[in-house]
Amino acid sequence: MDELKEVIKNYVTDEYLEPDSDPIDYETPLISGGIVDSFSMVSLKRFLENKYQIQIPDEKATPEAFDSVNKIAELVKEFVKG
Amino acid sequence: MSNFGNYEERTKNFSWSLSEQELGYQPGQPINIGWYCSDRVCQQGKADKIALIWEGFSAEKKIYTYNDLRRYSNTFARFLTDSGLKAGDRVCLFMDRIPELYIGFVGILKTGAIAQPLFSAFGEDSLFVRLENAQTAAIFTQKKHVAKVRKIKDKLPSLQHIFIVDYDGRSPLQERETAFSMEALGGVEDYDIYPTYAESPSVLHYTSGTTGMPKGVQHVHYSLISQYLTAKWVLDLRDDDIYWCTADPGWVTGTSYGIIAPFSLGVTQCVLDSGFSAEAWYRFIENNKITVWYSAPTAIRSLMKAGDEIIKKFNLSLLRHLASVGEPLNPEAVNWSIRVFGKPFHDTYWQTETGCILITNFPGMTVKPGSMGRAFPGITATILNPNTYEPYPHPGKIGLIGIKPGWPSMMRGYWKNEEAYKNKFHNGWYLTGDRARLDSDGYFWFVGRDDDIINTGGHLVSPFEVESALLEHQAVAESAVVSKPDPINMEVVKAFVTLKPGHSPSKDIELDIMNYIRKKLSPLAMPQEIEFVNTLPKTRSGKIMRRILHAKEWGEEAGDTSTLEND
Repeated sequence: MDELKEVIKNYVTDEYLEPDSDPIDYETPLISGGIVDSFSMVSLKRFLENKYQIQIPDEKATPEAFDSVNKIAELVKEFVKG
Repeated sequence: MSNFGNYEERTKNFSWSLSEQELGYQPGQPINIGWYCSDRVCQQGKADKIALIWEGFSAEKKIYTYNDLRRYSNTFARFLTDSGLKAGDRVCLFMDRIPELYIGFVGILKTGAIAQPLFSAFGEDSLFVRLENAQTAAIFTQKKHVAKVRKIKDKLPSLQHIFIVDYDGRSPLQERETAFSMEALGGVEDYDIYPTYAESPSVLHYTSGTTGMPKGVQHVHYSLISQYLTAKWVLDLRDDDIYWCTADPGWVTGTSYGIIAPFSLGVTQCVLDSGFSAEAWYRFIENNKITVWYSAPTAIRSLMKAGDEIIKKFNLSLLRHLASVGEPLNPEAVNWSIRVFGKPFHDTYWQTETGCILITNFPGMTVKPGSMGRAFPGITATILNPNTYEPYPHPGKIGLIGIKPGWPSMMRGYWKNEEAYKNKFHNGWYLTGDRARLDSDGYFWFVGRDDDIINTGGHLVSPFEVESALLEHQAVAESAVVSKPDPINMEVVKAFVTLKPGHSPSKDIELDIMNYIRKKLSPLAMPQEIEFVNTLPKTRSGKIMRRILHAKEWGEEAGDTSTLEND
């Protein structure tokens, strides 16, 4: 689980944070904190689907479910387990 | 009883002089939006009234009275003047929805400079073309966004000043950069406001074009006359209201109705600087006792998706008027709001170019769910035959929405693009680029755009701009960009792409292209789907036929394909 969280955290840091931004942790609000907006969420979802060979249904891909590394990891785990 | 009252009474003998009188404006005398939004309200005895309640995503809260707004906007104005900025210079605001964005806008206008707000999620390319086109002299930004400015500043010789509003000293300032802290400088009591007149330029907003680069829509200080009155009559704003406009001032709603209108009316307004969350939004409404709420269909549909149960956790009973803007509001959303809030969202129709609401469902009148409503008094709106540009003599026909020019907040031009401006007028009508029909009660019903522009979540995206950026990706040979239906955003961007030799379609390359566009242009412009194809449909002369791809996405007939090149 920690490895999964690190992958997500690193991807968000590399792709969505500007240089010199404050670092994020597993609980940092991503959507409500304005780091990842609803349009960009699509590319984050696509990354997770590609990386873990899963399909996250649109109804599960809510702003609330993507609002922190911890929440995203929970969501991914649900589908990786099958 | 609403501020608006009866439609027939209001339209009879209507004159914009009514608004001029309420604002105490005498034609020919100076008119400065910055003064009307702050100093005048204080002179009316409302200096201690709250102008702005601001909340960040971490529940940080700041409150500013009208006297604070007056003094801090003077701080911005004095700082700009002392920095050598002068009337007519373009001063960009490239910030999240922090208090400095709202107060800085007012301060820039006080100097006679032109405020140029830009959406802070823009990538470096989107930022560059807009700053280059406007020959912007100064930019206010935050340390989280300054990296994008640094990447392009060497290509922008006109950009002499980069003001960082939250500089913390952790890394050194670079050439042309200056730290500016509104609160550290403190409020400035007196500033000689520049005497702008009705036709003095005020705001420069950029909007997407079908075939060219973004166009700078130029507004003037006289726009206040219609922004004030439409907010009073359409949004029904009253002195005791607590108002929330959810739009970002990077777009025209966020300035016309998120700064100019509420402040000139002396109303208390709230700003939530955070991403979307249904729970956070409802909590914000409850905590701040919001009474008038102006939002967008995309947000409303996202709230619908979050479900009705969550609403029961909050007391939203003080909400008394709801309005929507940005794209057509579907009837389901209107009916949902009647069910869960006990009142409908009132759709409002207007554009960056129009500066104020033109067509709307008025408070107190019957709302026809799904309709755009009726024309505002003083606005002559019609449906034009697209071949003759003559109004259809009877209701029911689908045609172009045309508006008789002449209302106060109509754009005065596209920045350095006279030809594009001229092309917006035919046969004495301003062409909105939208298609609609009129019913026998005088209500307009939106049908669609008359061009290829994509309206995603209420924001216009140019397919041309996305296609141009796609071609800069190392793997892309050709591209065509169209809209595709989306249940939340109405439309989203879809790209059809052919790849260069040596590259093969894959999920990884799709994601790489998506992220490339997101960073280069903006998240709005990022294709939500990329379809890899071997060839794109083209005319025999080699022009890509977007409409064939558009028709495919929307399940429509492709129309005339006689010019289509055979494979």
